[in-house]
Amino acid sequence: MLVLGVETATPQVGVAIGGHEGVIASFHTARDRRHAETLAPAIEFLCNQTKIDLQEIGVVAVDIGPGLFTGLRVGLATAKSIAHACKVPMIGISSLDLAAFPARFSDRLIVSTVDARRGEIFYATYRKTAGGIQRISDPHVDQPENVANQLSAQGEDCLVVGDGAQRYAEIFTDMKGVEVGQEGFRFPNAGSLVELAHPKALREEFVAPAEVTPLYLRAPDARINWQKRERS
Amino acid sequence: MTVILGIETSCDETAAAIVVDGRQVLANVVSSQVDLHARYGGVVPEIAGRAHESLLTPVIAEAMVEAGVTDDDIDVVAATHGPGLIGSLLIGVSAAKALALGWGLPFIGINHHEAHLYAALIEEPEMEFPLVVMLVSGGHTMLIEFQDHGRYKLLGATVDDAAGEAFDKVARYLGLGYPGGPVIDRLSQEGDPNAIKFTPPMRNEGLNFSFSGLKTAVVNYVRQHPDVETADVAASFQSAVVDVLTHKARKAAREIGAKGICLAGGVAANSELREKTLDMCVDDGIQGFLPSRAMCTDNAAMVAATAWWRMQSEGQSPLDLGADPNLKLAFIEV
Ligand SMILES: [Zn+2]
Repeated sequence: MLVLGVETATPQVGVAIGGHEGVIASFHTARDRRHAETLAPAIEFLCNQTKIDLQEIGVVAVDIGPGLFTGLRVGLATAKSIAHACKVPMIGISSLDLAAFPARFSDRLIVSTVDARRGEIFYATYRKTAGGIQRISDPHVDQPENVANQLSAQGEDCLVVGDGAQRYAEIFTDMKGVEVGQEGFRFPNAGSLVELAHPKALREEFVAPAEVTPLYLRAPDARINWQKRERS
Repeated sequence: MTVILGIETSCDETAAAIVVDGRQVLANVVSSQVDLHARYGGVVPEIAGRAHESLLTPVIAEAMVEAGVTDDDIDVVAATHGPGLIGSLLIGVSAAKALALGWGLPFIGINHHEAHLYAALIEEPEMEFPLVVMLVSGGHTMLIEFQDHGRYKLLGATVDDAAGEAFDKVARYLGLGYPGGPVIDRLSQEGDPNAIKFTPPMRNEGLNFSFSGLKTAVVNYVRQHPDVETADVAASFQSAVVDVLTHKARKAAREIGAKGICLAGGVAANSELREKTLDMCVDDGIQGFLPSRAMCTDNAAMVAATAWWRMQSEGQSPLDLGADPNLKLAFIEV
């Protein structure tokens, strides 16, 4: 079964197509955060280059966050509409699962992070299992110092990955037994999304497009800016 | 026959519509978020974004079911791409482009203001140009000369607050709730419009508007007369706004020799404005076009209708089109 993966919960825009043979094609760009401008042409490009018609896609997988709210919603609106147009079901996977996935060969505790802005990070912890990873804590948002203190208290060797860890690297690198993942582990990857979604698709762990719900982990900022408001 | 799916998410209405050949509305579904924003007294962008994200897919499905069309019947997908709240616009634009891509159809990005101008044309296909369109809403107050399809000239605009914004702010100050337009309209029926003399600034200067001074005048008056009847304040304020709007629309229509005056935008649902505009048009022997309330407020039928007219001229938009919160209408130079 062919899977289309859409990932836009970070400053990166990612699209991948894959199936039983793994990732067939992927596109990533992390400059400039123009998610809405880039995403649809990127999907079209991948389809053209792989000679795969969108109608051949069997499931649309999407990163449901946490992450940058606006980018996240561009991905969700796009993925849901592709699924609607192609009459296929969806699979939603967390950005933290995606950022943790490439670290699955490590025996250490894997701490997956996504930059939440405003001095905070989204994070969850994972352990490797046969053939993948397993999340062992609920996703949370907190200040990186608090996350670091918690890890110190646990006293276990850990690998901290994701752009949240990259941004506050100095907080984590000073800690004993803690390693910060490399630049390559910075953003959730659309290829990982396809790889994680494919076995779920085979097990038919689908949801309808309208049931894919974003993981915000933060209440909306309820400020009204009368000056900037452009209502009509 | 061209069947267009229109999508509108520029502010706080999540809307989808199916329109045939720019005229025949098969479905016009609007899911208003007004209750979500009411307690804040205005539209909260992040709340709007979250609501659009969850509502849009079901709203599109509902429009298609209501219209009795299947995927194969749709020929074009259109969405508002500006102006409006960036985070809200992006959801409609992204969804429309993805649907167009999935169905292999053309996508068209529509200017929200242009869609408001075309709203009246859905219900009044025989309108004769040139027209003066008064676009009055929470974000804008403009007098536009609608010369022909795609040809617009800006005759006047607000230099500060929009008319609808003045309604919201005054309603908020008087503790009447949100949105201000409908509550003030309702309360005004019980008040005396001549109780207090409010005069908007710039009433006798050109075709531009100013409303922020009027809001201040209301605030000052209520401070000095704490026992005043709120209904009288509402009625007097509304009467001042309607007076200056109709006065300038008439002036504009006379200057360009318009065949008619057309109302557009959320404030065009105001009952006193509708009545006075119609009276004035009858007096001047020109036509008055008052779209139904559903066509005045934000909806997607006007987006789909505009897209049909756009198909005849510029055609489709590229898939890398983004959203522009400050998108301007392409006015012809004076
Ligand atoms: Zn509007």
